[in-house]
Amino acid sequence: MKITESPLLEVKNLQTYIKTKKGEIKPTNDVSFSINRGEIVALVGESGSGKSVTSLSIMGLNASAIKYKPESSIEFKGRDLLKLKEKGLRKIRGNEIAMIFQDPMFSLNPVHPIGKQIAESVVLHKKVNYKEALKRALELLNKVGIPDAARRINDYPHQLSGGMRQRVMIALALACDPELLIADEPTTALDVTIQAQILTLLRDLQQELNISILLITHDLGVVAEVADRVLVMYCGKVVEEGTVDEIFDSSLHPYTRGLMSSIPPLHGISKDLLDAIPGVVPNPLELPKGCNFVTRCDFATERCHQVEPELTRYPSGNRVSCWNKLDKEGEMKEHVTTSINS
Amino acid sequence: MSLRGIFKRLMGERLAFISLIFLILLGITAIVAPYVAPHDPLEQNLSKVLLNPSAEHWLGTDELGRDIFSRLIMGLTAAFQAGLFAILIPLCIGVPMGILSGYLGGIIDDIFMRIVDGIIAIPAILLALGITGALGISLWNAMIAIGIIFTPQMARLARGQTLQIRTEPYVEASKISGAGAIWIMVKHIIPNIAPPIIVQASFYLSYAILVETSLSFLGMGAQSPQISWGNMIQQAYSMINMNPWMIIYPGLAIMLTVLAGNFLGDGLRVALDPKYKKA
Amino acid sequence: MFFKFIMRRLLYVIPMLIITTLIVFSFILLIPGDPALALLGENATPEKIAQIHAQLGLDQPVIKQYLNWLGNAVQGDLGRSIFTGQPVEEAVFSRLGVTFQLVIVAMIFAIAGGLFFAITSIYFPNSWMDYVARFFGTLGTAIPNFWLGMILIIFFSLQLGWVPATGFTSITESPGAFLQGTILPAIALGATGMAQITRHLRSSLIEVMSADYVRTGFSKGINRWQAIMKHGLQNAMLPVVTTIGILFGNLLGATVVIETVFAIPGMGQLAVNSILQRDFTMLQGVVLVLIALIILINFITDIVYALLDPRIEY
Repeated sequence: MKITESPLLEVKNLQTYIKTKKGEIKPTNDVSFSINRGEIVALVGESGSGKSVTSLSIMGLNASAIKYKPESSIEFKGRDLLKLKEKGLRKIRGNEIAMIFQDPMFSLNPVHPIGKQIAESVVLHKKVNYKEALKRALELLNKVGIPDAARRINDYPHQLSGGMRQRVMIALALACDPELLIADEPTTALDVTIQAQILTLLRDLQQELNISILLITHDLGVVAEVADRVLVMYCGKVVEEGTVDEIFDSSLHPYTRGLMSSIPPLHGISKDLLDAIPGVVPNPLELPKGCNFVTRCDFATERCHQVEPELTRYPSGNRVSCWNKLDKEGEMKEHVTTSINS
Repeated sequence: MSLRGIFKRLMGERLAFISLIFLILLGITAIVAPYVAPHDPLEQNLSKVLLNPSAEHWLGTDELGRDIFSRLIMGLTAAFQAGLFAILIPLCIGVPMGILSGYLGGIIDDIFMRIVDGIIAIPAILLALGITGALGISLWNAMIAIGIIFTPQMARLARGQTLQIRTEPYVEASKISGAGAIWIMVKHIIPNIAPPIIVQASFYLSYAILVETSLSFLGMGAQSPQISWGNMIQQAYSMINMNPWMIIYPGLAIMLTVLAGNFLGDGLRVALDPKYKKA
Repeated sequence: MFFKFIMRRLLYVIPMLIITTLIVFSFILLIPGDPALALLGENATPEKIAQIHAQLGLDQPVIKQYLNWLGNAVQGDLGRSIFTGQPVEEAVFSRLGVTFQLVIVAMIFAIAGGLFFAITSIYFPNSWMDYVARFFGTLGTAIPNFWLGMILIIFFSLQLGWVPATGFTSITESPGAFLQGTILPAIALGATGMAQITRHLRSSLIEVMSADYVRTGFSKGINRWQAIMKHGLQNAMLPVVTTIGILFGNLLGATVVIETVFAIPGMGQLAVNSILQRDFTMLQGVVLVLIALIILINFITDIVYALLDPRIEY
């Protein structure tokens, strides 16, 4: 991956917390990553891994109970989104950064026609009147492949199928030519056949418009299809990061491997032969002392129980946080010792 | 869900629990009112009319020299009787009819529900007025009317709940294993529809007091010398220029009692239905 | 399509009307013993009893009595007052306008107040406005309306002398006097409804504001006010529309009390007087007209609901 300019979005040390009666929960614990222009980055993890909180942090739409530690920053084109006032954020939302959500069934307002919902965003950010905004909406509906869009523009969400509704959501998100599109589980609620269509659409649009996409998913199959780079999250931390090839060819973290072996192959073995990761995600209030994955890891050693591993670059290109893999690599030893001492 | 668990959760709803204790105290007072009232509520004393509050007459006296506080306590009886009727008649008539209608379904259900719809379309106070008018004006008939106006609502609720429970797997299973209709109704339906019905009934205490005092205010309920907060207000209305406080006291009594009833109902809803979220 | 929908709804109204008229008619059958005796009291002579029987049609079978009464009612003939001999429909329609004006003002007060309190309470959560809204929402449902009316009279008429305590002027005569005479009774009448709408709309809005489509709205860059007004309110109003429909009936019923307090010559007062005078033909007429009005409003409510919610298939 050649990087000729500064990244479009840079998340640095994102630490969020929620104060509860029983203690502090950290939905994201020191998450850092960046997205370059025209890049599709996938954020992968189970529910509760912190991927949705990460994406909503970028939008500034987290529930008010979620607070940020001061060292967190999210730089978008040089501005720190976490320091922006609500008014400034509103100018970015839907305009420069747009989002599509998991369930198109509930993400569109049931009492407004779809065209109006798209036009609302256009009127909000561009200096156009409603009539022109509707024209733009029609153009977008055509672009996302809504058949007979001129007639459909006045339809209500309930008159469309799930796949069509997700296309409308995509049109809505693209309404103001955003530079970054956050897609939070865009295909999870859809039928398998529709999933592929929506992913193809997203990839085609990305290439045509040269936008960046942050794709949030729990499905590595989706990642393989569209992403350039992958971040794997577990219990609020990034545990592995790499290009799609790196992750799929030589993933190093036992959790990533576990996720991969639970993707059903297209042909051949039946589903019951797939390996599931044993155990469950630990309670966020009672995280293990060392590595968070220790309770479910087959390779855990004494050190894994005691000391948390750091995200460290591996010669193959991946960044991984796992003692096991690092130990086997002599050249990494030095770095490891320093991080223990520190 | 055990009784103790429900009680514990109700205790957790502080406002509801305080209201419950308040209502129990008022209920006891209503029963023993004739013995605890500091004065005879009917005793007139024309040398002591429209007195201001004093150690002897805590809330003063009315235009006939009667002790207002004692009359206020006596008014509890009519209020709580109305509440009792408003709970018992719907429970004894509305609930069984609703269960039967929901369980049997078909043409009986259709006819029955159309009648219920028809009655519910009539505003409660108007219906109560009509029934009292037809039966003859008396406090007793007003009580019956109050019981009747809440019955169709209760029947509708019981029917709706029964329809839901009727198709539950455990009821189907019981049916397949040969249980009779009565067995299923007693064993499965009644225990399962009880919580929403108890909640609804607890609100009827409040509504009943509002309807009873309204009827008595109109002269369709308690007849002098019977005492109701409603006819106390009616009598005080003619004295509005002389002593507005005579209007204010019984009104406050109504409001506090009704508020307590509403809080209790809200609390019961939370205590009985774990899924219910507070607004 | 929409026309067909209205026709279907109308078809539902007809059995409703038949049942309610049956109930209204049975009022007279509910009277224990001979209604003529109840009407005449001690003055009963066989001739007078027979006269009343003939007048009420009581010498005919019950079902025929009902059909006769219904047939006449459909043609606008509600019989004659037993007490004054005045045609019932004449008395009813001369007072209907008064009650209708009062109820409309009370409805406007209840809806406007309910919207105001619910929206401000959601827009400024946990502020003093929110607490005021919640306080009114709780208190309003516990306040006896006739008592509230008197408190208003004590304060605004007797203490401050701003408005007259009693009396009514039609809006067609003098809009100014109409407002002066209607404001207090309308508040007393509408307060409970305002509290109900506040409570219901507030909880409905809380639910709607956490809906996914409102989050979508925020992700477009709308502000909180736009989220409430453009995305929240219409959805949140759906369940409240039903409440408002029911409210109208309740307000019509409550006029019996409020019109007594404020000495307003409307339907409510007519109903109370006809009970006190045991004038059952009059009472039947009053109740029938009120119920017909309520059924009409429920019908309108259904249609408004369908217009607000595009998911309803016509």
